[in-house]
Amino acid sequence: MALNAKEPKGPLKDKWRLYNEHKNLVNPANRKKIDIIVVGAGLSGGGASASLAELGYNVKTFFFQDSARRSHSVAAQGGVNAAKNYQNDGDTIYKMFYDTIKGGDYRSREANVYRMAQLSVDLIDHMTAQGVPFGREYSGYLSNRSFGGVLVSRTFYARGQTGQQLLMATYQAMMKQVKKGTLTQYNRHEILDFVLIDGKARGVIVRDLVTGKIERHSAHAVVLGTGGFGKIYYLSTLAMNSNGSATWRAHKKGAFFANPSWTQIHPTALPQAGDQQSKLTLMSESLRNDGRIWVPLKKDDDRLPNDIPDEERDYYLERRYPAFGNLVPRDVASRAAKERMDAGHGIGKLKNAVYLDFRTAIGKLGVDTIKERYGNLFTMYKKITGIDAYKEPMKISPAAHFSMGGLWVDYELGTTIPGLYAVGEANFADHGANRLGANSLLQASVDGNFVLPNTISNYLADEIRTGPIPTDTKEFDEAEKAVKDQIDKLLSIKGKTPVDRIHRALGKIMFKEVAMARNEKGLIWAIEEIKKLRKQFWTDAAITGDADGMNSELEKAGRLADYLEIAELMAIDALSRNESCGAHFREEFVSDDGEAERNDEEFMYSAAWEWLGKPDWKLHKEHLEFHDIEVKTRSYK
Amino acid sequence: MKITLKIWRQESAKAKGKLETYQLNEVEQDMSFLEMLDMLNEDLAVKGERSVEFDHDCREGICGQCSLVINGQAHGPESHYTTCQTHMRSFKDGDTIFIEPFRAKAFPVIRDLKVNRDSFDTIIQAGGYISAFTGNAPEANNIPIHHDISESAFDSAACIGCGACVATCKNSSAALFVSAKISHLAKLPQGKVERKERVEWMITAHDEEGFGSCTHTGACAMVCPQEVQLLDITRMNFEFNRALCIS
Ligand SMILES: Cc1cc2nc3c(=O)[nH]c(=O)nc-3n(C[C@H](O)[C@H](O)[C@H](O)COP(=O)(O)OP(=O)(O)OC[C@H]3O[C@@H](n4cnc5c(N)ncnc54)[C@H](O)[C@@H]3O)c2cc1C
Ligand code: FES
Repeated sequence: MALNAKEPKGPLKDKWRLYNEHKNLVNPANRKKIDIIVVGAGLSGGGASASLAELGYNVKTFFFQDSARRSHSVAAQGGVNAAKNYQNDGDTIYKMFYDTIKGGDYRSREANVYRMAQLSVDLIDHMTAQGVPFGREYSGYLSNRSFGGVLVSRTFYARGQTGQQLLMATYQAMMKQVKKGTLTQYNRHEILDFVLIDGKARGVIVRDLVTGKIERHSAHAVVLGTGGFGKIYYLSTLAMNSNGSATWRAHKKGAFFANPSWTQIHPTALPQAGDQQSKLTLMSESLRNDGRIWVPLKKDDDRLPNDIPDEERDYYLERRYPAFGNLVPRDVASRAAKERMDAGHGIGKLKNAVYLDFRTAIGKLGVDTIKERYGNLFTMYKKITGIDAYKEPMKISPAAHFSMGGLWVDYELGTTIPGLYAVGEANFADHGANRLGANSLLQASVDGNFVLPNTISNYLADEIRTGPIPTDTKEFDEAEKAVKDQIDKLLSIKGKTPVDRIHRALGKIMFKEVAMARNEKGLIWAIEEIKKLRKQFWTDAAITGDADGMNSELEKAGRLADYLEIAELMAIDALSRNESCGAHFREEFVSDDGEAERNDEEFMYSAAWEWLGKPDWKLHKEHLEFHDIEVKTRSYK
Repeated sequence: MKITLKIWRQESAKAKGKLETYQLNEVEQDMSFLEMLDMLNEDLAVKGERSVEFDHDCREGICGQCSLVINGQAHGPESHYTTCQTHMRSFKDGDTIFIEPFRAKAFPVIRDLKVNRDSFDTIIQAGGYISAFTGNAPEANNIPIHHDISESAFDSAACIGCGACVATCKNSSAALFVSAKISHLAKLPQGKVERKERVEWMITAHDEEGFGSCTHTGACAMVCPQEVQLLDITRMNFEFNRALCIS
């Protein structure tokens, strides 16, 4: 099967307009006859649910939390980008497109990225109208801050809780539709499989997490907005229940999975402090606007940070990257931290951290300004560590954070299964090999609110005569049986190793060899270890409780079973790409000064993997063409 | 640290629950409270026993999913913390800790420590939104909003919907939760258009869902992880009276 990105013809800046002028529509009277299943209620799934319901489709939205307001978009802190040019600092849609393509190391699709930049402008208007209390100047106009990898201020923010505020607006828009009866929400429900009829996505099999009941739901199209799978590393900035299962099970039904190994390791999270640790809390990238990152010049320096004078500190980002300094993109900052820690300059009990210091900024701007900008982050830091960061520098460390990879989608956000769409972090679009800060709230919101509701009509226009899809068919029987069989199999293992313990072991393998720096030997080792662990899981996992009723252990086990397969594909993907690009840093492919070295001749493509069973995969390539941007070596020096 | 746990176990909404005792001997100060419970659940899994069900997701104090009453206090001993932000350094070796679910008529227990908070969604559905359809919005800077007003709206909008206010209130009132949303939207020019209907509908929904009335003891504001202000309740009462006056 050849990949068709369905990019509209025409000049880059007109593609989206031309697409909309020529696509098919569903008339308002017919929309009532069309059912759409949305999985996920974060910014992408929630935005899609509310917007599709407003248009008059029958929408059913599924998510595993008890309320849509708790989807993990809620945790985003720093902000959302838009090319409004409110600061008159020369920002344009093209500039934002340029920064995003460059930030992603020339590994994303031009047309999608340009559309995201175009729609960013509307998103701020939309969210403001919904009541998002964005940061403002005393004049009453909207305020901006800078994020890594760019030279303008285009980030809009609501203190350090931007994701929460955008999600509240989205959730409230959903609740309005629930009241109107156009949207039905299924909270505490988990998707376990997809039903295909004549090759088209026609429904899902879900588990009601309260009663344990397995249910069938049908629709004319299915949309996945199920977020990222960074929790595969066990320790990550993601929520405990974030998972890759929805996209993975779609993959096993025929949806290609693209660039699975491209994971963003965020440079500023809290370091691991002990073995039982379950989460690495993020400290927003926005802190790098005013915080300076350093390590002691001397190895194994045991002095307290405030006792180390300036000349004995190594502000290594400012030293190595004078143009961008502390605001280099995340992959660069994380690798630079790893390099210093590997060289023996790490700080803290486990020598696994670096300092993020506000002394200079507090001296210049005063504590009050810093408090207003980042107050909640400093409070959060204090609550977790017990340390007052106004008085001594924060200790920070790289942590798994964001999945650039995900289901392969075309320009319409359609996967390789007709009628199955993927939005937000669940798809692979827009960010290439490295995502820029504050671009992902944007992508999730834009996909859900503006793109998908427009593109899905092009597909649904052919469905107006289909009529309701029955669920008493052999396709639903088979899918339901497979799901029940898997649950029985999990519960019959009755082994001795707790699920979390196996997950931690997986996380260790992945963080060691399939994270910030990769090499052939390590990846081959990782693949073997993952296979061994998968075997251990299926023979020795301790999964207690039963299938009828609430059972968190069973939920975790199902997700881990999938992670143990995703992990293998991640390692295979990393092994197959003999170049360094963005977050994918292969130690064999570096320039003389130690920076990532791309190989555009051979690897200017997105890798889309097809599931062949067992597990085994076939690689398909979407070759990338750049007409509107000159392909260069990415440099932040 | 050695810790003794007395945990509420209850099979289902209808079943009777009781406190069960568990012992943990290797708890560390640096662990979060929920990591301590993970440790217990791992022990139970090895023994082949059903794990303790408790709600949690983000584990960083923002999603509002975690919901425990620890030694009689909603979210535990530190004020303005969520359960997931609570760490074992707030306890000492040899302590006995009582862990129960959030209790309120409008929050029925699902299993063990998990409760059903759908009633909060119902209240928001009644009017906790601005009716701006996708695609309708004017240019954002066309509505200048004074810095302080925007900041003040944020203070109310910061509510994470955890329900600690209800769990701690002797009347099981959700006044703080409802007033936070009413205040957030009433403070902003965009939200003023629907303010009358919003306050009427949301307060009606609050009462219908079985939450108690507010007698202004202020206990809710003492536990609120986002420090939503008691003043919001006064503001809600103002909005309600305003609505009565103009109808
Ligand atoms: C700590 C943190 C901070 C961040 N900060 C920023 C920032 O400042 N700026 C920025 O641009 N980006 C930021 N990001 C990234 C950004 O928040 C996310 O990429 C984005 O919010 C993802 O939105 P989403 O809608 O795709 O997924 P999510 O919001 O994660 O939603 C996933 C939804 O899918 C549902 N779901 C998942 N699996 C299943 C299943 N199997 N069955 C049923 N339902 C399921 C969940 O219940 C949930 O509703 C941050 C991310 C993190 C983790
Ligand atoms: S788990 Fe999210 S607030 Fe506690």
